[in-house]
Amino acid sequence: MNSKNYSRGKLTDKVFKYTALTFTLFALAILVILLVDIFSKGLARINWDFFRNLPSRHANRSGIMTAMAGMLSLLFFTIIIALPIGILAGVYLQEYGKKSRFASFIEINIANLAGVPSVIYGILGLTLFVRILHMGNSVIAGALTLALLIMPIIIVATREAIKAVPHSLREASYGMGATKWQTTSRVVIPSALGGILTGIILAISRAIGETAPLLVIGALVYVPFIPEGPNDQFTTLPIQIFNWTSRPQADFIINAAAGIIVLLLITFLLNGIAIYIRNKWYKKIKY
Amino acid sequence: MYKLEAKNANLWYGKKQALKDISIGIEENSVTAFIGPSGCGKSTLLRCFNRMNDLIEDTKIKGEFLLDKENIYTDMDIYELRKRVGMVFQKPNPFPKSIFDNVAYGLRIIGEKNKTVIKDKVELSLKHSALWDEVSGILNKSALSLSGGQQQRLCIARTLAIDPTVVLMDEPASALDPISSAKIEDLIYELKKEFTIVIVTHNMQQAARVSNRTAFFYLGELIEFDDTKKMFTNPQNERTQNYVTGRFG
Repeated sequence: MNSKNYSRGKLTDKVFKYTALTFTLFALAILVILLVDIFSKGLARINWDFFRNLPSRHANRSGIMTAMAGMLSLLFFTIIIALPIGILAGVYLQEYGKKSRFASFIEINIANLAGVPSVIYGILGLTLFVRILHMGNSVIAGALTLALLIMPIIIVATREAIKAVPHSLREASYGMGATKWQTTSRVVIPSALGGILTGIILAISRAIGETAPLLVIGALVYVPFIPEGPNDQFTTLPIQIFNWTSRPQADFIINAAAGIIVLLLITFLLNGIAIYIRNKWYKKIKY
Repeated sequence: MYKLEAKNANLWYGKKQALKDISIGIEENSVTAFIGPSGCGKSTLLRCFNRMNDLIEDTKIKGEFLLDKENIYTDMDIYELRKRVGMVFQKPNPFPKSIFDNVAYGLRIIGEKNKTVIKDKVELSLKHSALWDEVSGILNKSALSLSGGQQQRLCIARTLAIDPTVVLMDEPASALDPISSAKIEDLIYELKKEFTIVIVTHNMQQAARVSNRTAFFYLGELIEFDDTKKMFTNPQNERTQNYVTGRFG
């Protein structure tokens, strides 16, 4: 009886193992097919001109110059706005804020905000920045919208990183007569920096991929110029890709594939950096 | 005259009373050991002397705590107090910084900018804590690369660097192996020439070896306080006797 149960258990074990393996391979296969498809279509289009050219109605003369420039200026302002507010809010909530019902209410809401669909932020941005504050469909309106979108992510990441700093380190600092500010700035934040940086990079990589909120606030799909200031109109790489895929000519699909390759590489690079920092950090600080 | 003194000290964590009417005087340049079973209040009392209990929410304290006859809670600045009364914790807790920066931390937070002053003080403190010979060549390496025993001596050096007159030690050797533990004990023996040391320990032999006087606590009360020799050979209270002979605790 016992040995029968045992062999049945072994069988279940095997069945489960191979089922799980099949599903994993299935997911991987889809990813590989996607990548092969994109790369086989788009790789030939990627050359120096592709990065240097403005968009054009001739597919083979179209480039991502304006999209990249728009994306970079958009990211620049997004980071300038979201980073200080997000980090300071995270530090305040975790290190200074008193535990109260109101605090936990805020905490839950910030976590919820991180999960709100991005198009909702687009609607908020459209109403608030574009219409009420008359910013128009400018870089700054887009940056503010994206900043709102990634701020909860930065706040949550900062809090988690700070929470992970062992209490004993704070005690050591306070025990030597350090003030709260000295302890926070010299011990807690440096110790949490790896986690905070990881969160920031992941937030930026999220911002790069966002299309929906920018479309809602009215980012242009065809921009034949480079934005020169925060009040200029703009486009970004995902929007440019979106534009190309919606064209009927097959040549533009190739452009879209090439744009996707660039976007993928940027995202992979950022995520890679995030993983590198995280691994390096956790090796360093171990208790 | 006592260096440190508690008079009718009571402390509550929320509703739970952790210290019950404790009065104790600690002499200068001596080692005083606090012993007793877990939860008896020995660490709590220790942490009153540099106000580390302030970090714990919902703590209520009554009674007087004196350092050189000055009231710790009313007559002096909390940051000033903690510079005069240093603390070494149970688990070594070096900052994730270099060995040098760890020891220099206390000087830097009081605004010392002179590099020579900092360098000399770091060296002196590391010599004081018997760590200099082991780390003099690797001062820029991470403190976390040291062994547990070395880390604990580094934490002691870090505390000594701010020139305290009292050093509180909360089970400083309990997370260490016997050899490292012995080194810490030797160090305590040396340090008492210049500092007043209060040590909480679970290790009875350790208390017997390093301390001049021993206080036995039980359920938040100070049961007996006397010369260490007498506490271990001829205690007056039956509970002390049972504890030091290992019959309970």
